[in-house]
Amino acid sequence: MLIFEQGTKNRRAFMQAPRGEFSTDDFPAHLLRETTPTLPEVSELQAVRHYTKLSQKNFSIDTQFYPLGSCTMKYNPRGVHRLATYPGYLGRHPLAPDQHSQGYLQSIYELQEILKSVTGMQGISLAPMAGAQGEFAGVQMIQAYHEARGDTARSEIIVPEAAHGTNPASAVMCGYTVKSLPIADDGDVDFDALKSIVGPQTAGIMLTNPSTLGVFERRIKDVADLIHDAGGLLYYDGANLNAILGKTRPGDMGFDVMHMNLHKTFATPHGAGGPGSGPVAVAECLEPYLPVPIVVKEGEYYRLVAESERPDSIGHLSAFAGNANIMLRAYIYARMLGREGLIRAGEFATLNANYLMKRLQDAGFDLAYPERRATHEFIITMARQAKQMDITAMDFAKRLLDYDMHAPTTYFPLLIAECLLIEPTETESKEVLDKFVEVMIKIQQEAESDPDMVRNAPYTRPVRRLDDVKAARELDLVWKEPSA
Amino acid sequence: MPFIPHTEDDVRAMLNTIGVDSINALFDEIPDNLRIHDLPDVPEGLGEMELAGIMRKRALQDIGNACYIGAGAYEHHIPAAVWEVTGRGEFMTAYTPYQAEASQGTLQLIYEYQTMISSLMGLDVSNASLYDGASAMGEAILMAVRANRQSKSKRILVAGTIHPVYRRVAHALVKGQHITIEELPFCPDSGITAMDALAPYNGEDIAAVVIPQPNFFGRLEEVDLLTNWGHEHGALVIAVVNPIAMSLFREPGQWGDTGADIAVGEGQPLGIPLASGGPYFGFMCCKQALVRQMPGRIIGRTTDLDGKPGFALTLQAREQHIRRSKATSNICTNQGLAVTAATIYMSIVGAGGLRQTALASHHNTKLLVEKVTAIKGVEVVFEGAYFHEVVLRLAKPVHEVMDKMAEHRIQVGYPLGDDFPDYQDCLLVCVTEKKDNDEIQQYADTLATVLGGA
Repeated sequence: MLIFEQGTKNRRAFMQAPRGEFSTDDFPAHLLRETTPTLPEVSELQAVRHYTKLSQKNFSIDTQFYPLGSCTMKYNPRGVHRLATYPGYLGRHPLAPDQHSQGYLQSIYELQEILKSVTGMQGISLAPMAGAQGEFAGVQMIQAYHEARGDTARSEIIVPEAAHGTNPASAVMCGYTVKSLPIADDGDVDFDALKSIVGPQTAGIMLTNPSTLGVFERRIKDVADLIHDAGGLLYYDGANLNAILGKTRPGDMGFDVMHMNLHKTFATPHGAGGPGSGPVAVAECLEPYLPVPIVVKEGEYYRLVAESERPDSIGHLSAFAGNANIMLRAYIYARMLGREGLIRAGEFATLNANYLMKRLQDAGFDLAYPERRATHEFIITMARQAKQMDITAMDFAKRLLDYDMHAPTTYFPLLIAECLLIEPTETESKEVLDKFVEVMIKIQQEAESDPDMVRNAPYTRPVRRLDDVKAARELDLVWKEPSA
Repeated sequence: MPFIPHTEDDVRAMLNTIGVDSINALFDEIPDNLRIHDLPDVPEGLGEMELAGIMRKRALQDIGNACYIGAGAYEHHIPAAVWEVTGRGEFMTAYTPYQAEASQGTLQLIYEYQTMISSLMGLDVSNASLYDGASAMGEAILMAVRANRQSKSKRILVAGTIHPVYRRVAHALVKGQHITIEELPFCPDSGITAMDALAPYNGEDIAAVVIPQPNFFGRLEEVDLLTNWGHEHGALVIAVVNPIAMSLFREPGQWGDTGADIAVGEGQPLGIPLASGGPYFGFMCCKQALVRQMPGRIIGRTTDLDGKPGFALTLQAREQHIRRSKATSNICTNQGLAVTAATIYMSIVGAGGLRQTALASHHNTKLLVEKVTAIKGVEVVFEGAYFHEVVLRLAKPVHEVMDKMAEHRIQVGYPLGDDFPDYQDCLLVCVTEKKDNDEIQQYADTLATVLGGA
């Protein structure tokens, strides 16, 4: 039942409204509202009960194994949440003067330093509010760099065909044409194809490494040299940074600009679709173009640098300072884990992925790249099951929900038919991984003995498979009061 | 090991299964010359208890200052229940609701949110959120250019009274598409967009007009006249509004003869803490005819295999994960958790509570204006009605006053001089319902001392 259907005319949570009788005489009558918006008319308890019950219809990291590839659904420590929500942090106005903000600014400054060190980059801005905005900022900086050199004929950004959809979308938003780069059979980019498309029109390339295929791009140095020789720059999509923490750094690989997803690598909560945070870090050549604000330290004093002090900056990406409280969470997480803990996160994420990959392979599932090491994630393909039994990756995904496990990422990357992209993360135990293998074997058996049952899964969730075609065709996006 | 459950036996067994002798061996595809073996500049780890000590001390450094700054972020009361429920792990640690059957809670909540915010804006539909108010304005401009088939130009007129950072963010977001943003001058007496500012554009091809309500100075724009002008010239009309104010003032869907086409704004006043600027959320609503041009996620109600009602992401063919380079926007992750809080907030306070919050805030601002204008050297700059925020002119240099007031732990307001060079001696001051008479009196007394003193 919707919250609107639970209300009673004129019921209100009076406790929460300011007291007093106020007139509207101050305002010109023609500017005043004449209708009452359709907001719920419920008691506070009704609202609390309704939304608590709704929450219980969600899968989450706190309640289920959530091996969603490319999303890094690791435990979001409750301690981090507690510390980041101290009243001093929640109550600070974004435009509060620096002298009233030293505690907050110190943490943000130290986070900037930690992230530079982890990535091997020279400069950083935490301003972008999500990975996609980080990409946008990064591509804009590449553009600003070329323009400042009078190098204005560069019109193309190269993006591998297996990249996240945000990559080409971000490049297009900046006015570039996207050149798609094929992938070789071994999962690395097709180097010969790359050579044939790089040229004076190349502004840059956007790469994820480890790639979205769950493997490390072994010829990354050659790629970097090729692009740099042609006058282009390299953008690093940091979605998979968790895999290489303390093992290698984008700065060392030759990247000029990158974003991180703090909501992945640094364990800030995904919030059922955000907020994220997508800081951008750069090599020296791009430092002048970083978005604002940035925190600087002068002696023992911390302050926010304004746009007016950075004339070449690509500017503001949000009204204030980006998703500030998410940065604070990432800082607390990084301090809690520390140097040794961050390195360990990368190691155990990789251990878990390789273990799960081997166990699934031994259980008879087909790996997309059986000759390769897994990074922090890997791909299995259900192409054989689809062909032989008409059971798809989606059927496996939906049936997993019945076993109280979230599905891996399905049908991404599009390059691999019927794929499941699986990322267990470092915070899951061996028992959970073993249980996942057991369930996958069970579903395979069910697919053989009772395929219709699997095709119609799930059965145990609040709803069964939904009619997406109807959702798009008979658009019902808002509730309307039934006419009396 | 923090948050890693493996025992030594587990590790050994797992390595055995994989067939390698060490964890390090799993990184053997990374070329040697790229390998590092330490992160020397990252400090060593700390326990939750030790770190709590550090973070508490830093938080206390920033506490205890009375805030009279608005300028796009507003300190309103947030019922305790809002974040108690929003903070449940099932909301906080879920992913984007791609697997609908395992995400009905969030999906239904967003459908309810879409209903509430659309109704507050008087428009037909809403998306599931954008990053914040400023980026939402940028996305609205991109959307208007895509949607306005009548216009061949990529010219956008933006009221000069819009939040100056919003205008800059919008410019940063749209310049790659060769869209130009032209600023309409405002009347120096009234602080609103006068109709004669539009005269030079009569007969020109304009893709969209962007109108704030209230505007950055807290003044109320003549939205009906501006909207009608936009429509008469073939432009789409984009409203940039404060959602709390829309419980009191005419909603965008009712502006002019046919209503604004798109409404966007900052969702923060709806139950989101100030928190240094984020996470907040940008809302976006529009007329039904434009829905396929909307960026971001949208939730629809449908039915399942048994005919039972349920909720799912819909119109995904607009989005980057399907359309890639042809998507309506690059946005992927949005501000889901902030929307969760705003939905619970609106449910608890209701339409009446929103209106009462708006009126009480305005009442306090008016009280402050009465008190400070009694001080020699303080005057209200613009004539006419304002809403819960006001521009004051001071007889002393603004930054000096700000610093002195800060010493008394009062954040006196936002200085206009950086963005509006003609207003070097002016402050934008906001009071919400959170302040009481004594605090407002203290503000006035302290200001009188600061202005009167040497």
